[in-house]
Amino acid sequence: MSAAPAKREGLTPQEYELVCQKLGREPNGAELGMFGVMWSEHCCYKHSRPLLKQFPTQGERILVGPGENAGVVQVSEDIAVCFKIESHNRPSAVEPFQGAATGVGGILRDILTMGARPIAILNSLRFGDPQDPWVKSRMQGVVAGIAHYGNCVGVPTVGGEVYFDPVYNRNPLVNAMAIGILPLNQASPVKAAAAGVGNPVLYVGATTGRDGIKGASFASAELSGQSAQNRPAVQVGDPFLEKLLIEACLEAFATGAVVAAQDMGAAGLTCSSSEMAAKGNVGILLDLDRVPARANNLTAYEYLLSESQERMLLVVDKERTAEVKAIFHRWGLAAEVVGEVITEPVLRVLHRGEIAAEVPAKALAEETPVYYQPLPPPPDYIQTCWRWTEEELPPEDRSFATILLSLLATPSIASKQWIYRQYDHQVLNNTVILPGDADATVIRLRSVTNLAHHTHLGLGAAVDGNGRYVYLDPYEGARLAVAEAARNLSCVGATPLAVTDNLNFGSPETAVGYWQLHEACRGIAAACRELGTPVTGGNVSLYNETIDAQGNAQAIYPTPVIGMIGLVEDIRQTVRQGWQKVGDVIYLLGRWDASLAGSEYLASRGLITGRPLAVDMELEKQVQSVCRDLIKQGIVKSAHDCSDGGLAVALAEACISGNLGCRIDLSVLPLSLSSLALLFGESPSRILVSVSPGQEEALINYLQTNLGGHFYPLGTVTDNDRFVITDVLDVSLSQMRDAYYSLHWD
Amino acid sequence: MKFGVVVFPGSNCDRDVAWVTQGLLGQPTFYLWHRETDLQGVDVVILPGGFSYGDYLRCGALARSAPILRAVVEHAHKGGYVLGICNGFQILTEVGLLPGALVRNRNLHFICDRVPVRVERNDLIWTQNYTQHQVIPLPIAHGEGCYYADRDTLQHLEENQQVVWRYTDNPNGSLGDIAGICNRQGNVLGMMPHPERAADADLGSTDGLPLFTGLIASHTYA
Repeated sequence: MSAAPAKREGLTPQEYELVCQKLGREPNGAELGMFGVMWSEHCCYKHSRPLLKQFPTQGERILVGPGENAGVVQVSEDIAVCFKIESHNRPSAVEPFQGAATGVGGILRDILTMGARPIAILNSLRFGDPQDPWVKSRMQGVVAGIAHYGNCVGVPTVGGEVYFDPVYNRNPLVNAMAIGILPLNQASPVKAAAAGVGNPVLYVGATTGRDGIKGASFASAELSGQSAQNRPAVQVGDPFLEKLLIEACLEAFATGAVVAAQDMGAAGLTCSSSEMAAKGNVGILLDLDRVPARANNLTAYEYLLSESQERMLLVVDKERTAEVKAIFHRWGLAAEVVGEVITEPVLRVLHRGEIAAEVPAKALAEETPVYYQPLPPPPDYIQTCWRWTEEELPPEDRSFATILLSLLATPSIASKQWIYRQYDHQVLNNTVILPGDADATVIRLRSVTNLAHHTHLGLGAAVDGNGRYVYLDPYEGARLAVAEAARNLSCVGATPLAVTDNLNFGSPETAVGYWQLHEACRGIAAACRELGTPVTGGNVSLYNETIDAQGNAQAIYPTPVIGMIGLVEDIRQTVRQGWQKVGDVIYLLGRWDASLAGSEYLASRGLITGRPLAVDMELEKQVQSVCRDLIKQGIVKSAHDCSDGGLAVALAEACISGNLGCRIDLSVLPLSLSSLALLFGESPSRILVSVSPGQEEALINYLQTNLGGHFYPLGTVTDNDRFVITDVLDVSLSQMRDAYYSLHWD
Repeated sequence: MKFGVVVFPGSNCDRDVAWVTQGLLGQPTFYLWHRETDLQGVDVVILPGGFSYGDYLRCGALARSAPILRAVVEHAHKGGYVLGICNGFQILTEVGLLPGALVRNRNLHFICDRVPVRVERNDLIWTQNYTQHQVIPLPIAHGEGCYYADRDTLQHLEENQQVVWRYTDNPNGSLGDIAGICNRQGNVLGMMPHPERAADADLGSTDGLPLFTGLIASHTYA
């Protein structure tokens, strides 16, 4: 054997050499396939690991950090939450419905594997130009796939974010985040490490077929015109089976008879068994002839690399195997002993009575290649963008009102109701803040199964990642993404706790790509440290680039998506973004300045340039903490992050959500900005709040003490159905509503 | 009052209902596994929302053959109370306890929203805590909630005042704006909206709660 088959498995000649060294011989075809997937970027992070290492991962509430299937964070004495984000970009480009559906299924099993019950799903999506028929079909398919899976499995899809930009034209991003609840008094998180020589390895769930073979290495390759031929690499999901798997696994875990559990996701049997063995310093013997199969004559290679969905691998106490099997059978699921834990630290695979593969478990799962690359200099495009100033902007001939209405109808800003209306966001009876009502979602952390569990404890969750900012300034853009996720949580009254991140980038093997990845990781690490929100895990999706009509490779914006959770001590002390009552007074907390650089306004004029304003994290933290405090004290009745589209759009959204108008006077703000920048410029650390007139004095007193001079009275809430900025614009609520709710993709 | 919530593989609102009947209202509530045949002496059987048996073939079509359904039908024929919510409503039509069928929504999409529904009659045990023609917002979450029946059936439903809930702004194309119906006797109710999702003050809405409190009150005074 030589480099040619190795290349087919995605391994470089050097990596092939390393495989031979690990084995002390040349690998056979099945073994080579196992190394190919386990050493792919998707499974082993060989290019990104050195960068991920700088993330802060410790904290007093962090029970489980990176390296496991999902992070676990303690939220109260007896409740922990488990959360994680994962991408399914490549499968969703090829087959959007199943690609997105199985993305949801996979992340739910990561949560389940920790012994937690999934209680919420969020998603972060990026699509190209929605007018493009290819893009539109992907969008329809992705949304339908997420809806199909989440609705049937009975876990609410409570929040998310969607951006549109032509850079994602042939490379949509589909990131799914899931949250689970883990009552600490019942059981500790289920372990991933196999233990107990002689304990049986139990295969549960769906049967194994040829679907999704080598999906992980497919995910680590660039998309091309031939990608449609990779359709067998896309898995097919069955949410009904997943629902049964969740119920049966949780029931089995509760018996205490399950020693270890692993989801069969990327690289299926190979990954789950080798990781379990490596983590437990033991070996695993697998007999493929005992694996329930849905196709005839599967080869060892196919068994080992199949990514058929809704399967789990458990190590079970050998005295209690029958008891565990009975639980799965009651739920109508297959549960077969397919192997056992052995002393020798290898993954030994039997097929048709012979050893089909034998590989040291750690060579697959832990001793994987890692590439340290030097930091290239900042690319040319960055220098050009950073030199841009507002003076270069061609004159604007539209009225401010017209600009506002057109921004409200911009797909990235407009209401995503068409999307979230297709997701069941209320099942499980714990959704406190519904999609579209606020900057973050809030769910109650009530035990789903314990009917005596009464609680007001809640969890906020948000996903954020403005790829355009990161493209224009990877380090500061990444800090902005973390800051915005935290700000979104603070706007509902949730205290940021921890982060899961999904790094969607282009190829790290190009100078520009690696520079972006390097700088963005540095930015995430810095911001998470500054905000005290450790990273508990995440996902890396590299090589996101497509070939355009001219045959040129074009990378997507570097798009780190930050999933953040926050603590809500009492779900009754939360607010939404819309105005609440006529006569309430409107204040802006935080910065007054803003910039058109990198703004949605600029993008709407076809300009992707400028250097976005960097975040002053000290002020950011102050603004957020003040906002949370005011919500807890019941002083503030609404809060809304001022982000995409700037102050004018944030004010308009508060009007639309609250179904009330407002009268604003911006002359209180310093006059050094252009009107365009004042209205549509963007900057971090800005929150719009409203208070009743009776509380205004309390508000001012509090802000003077706690926020220095960083607050500005802007106006009042009115009942005349108009959004008025004195001497600047005057628009009716119905005009704004028509623009904001204009998106339908039927 | 004793409640029984039927659990099919794929039911996913079973615990939500039990949270209301037992968690919030303190009524003993039992889960009735689909393979069982004994209702454990419950007064009200609730067929919850979800995707019973994955809703493969047709919504509710497989659930019709579940062993527990025989007991539920018997319970209904004896005048016992049966409430089908969402997938439960679909099952009640499949098993023949209620007429008509629920087909794909008019726009072909799953719809999750809060929509206004009108109480068409409040002389039933289910609706006695509402006022006649009261309009309340209730959550809906379904892909196949478009009520369909032939003209004769619809006419009979109207003549016999079997329409209990009607949409005032029809979201899914249901004939006659029908959101929920009962049988002739009034002891079996099927509805697409989810009253159990609007019963917990901490989540913002209690517009569905009177359905449950009405049931319990009638039992107390019976």
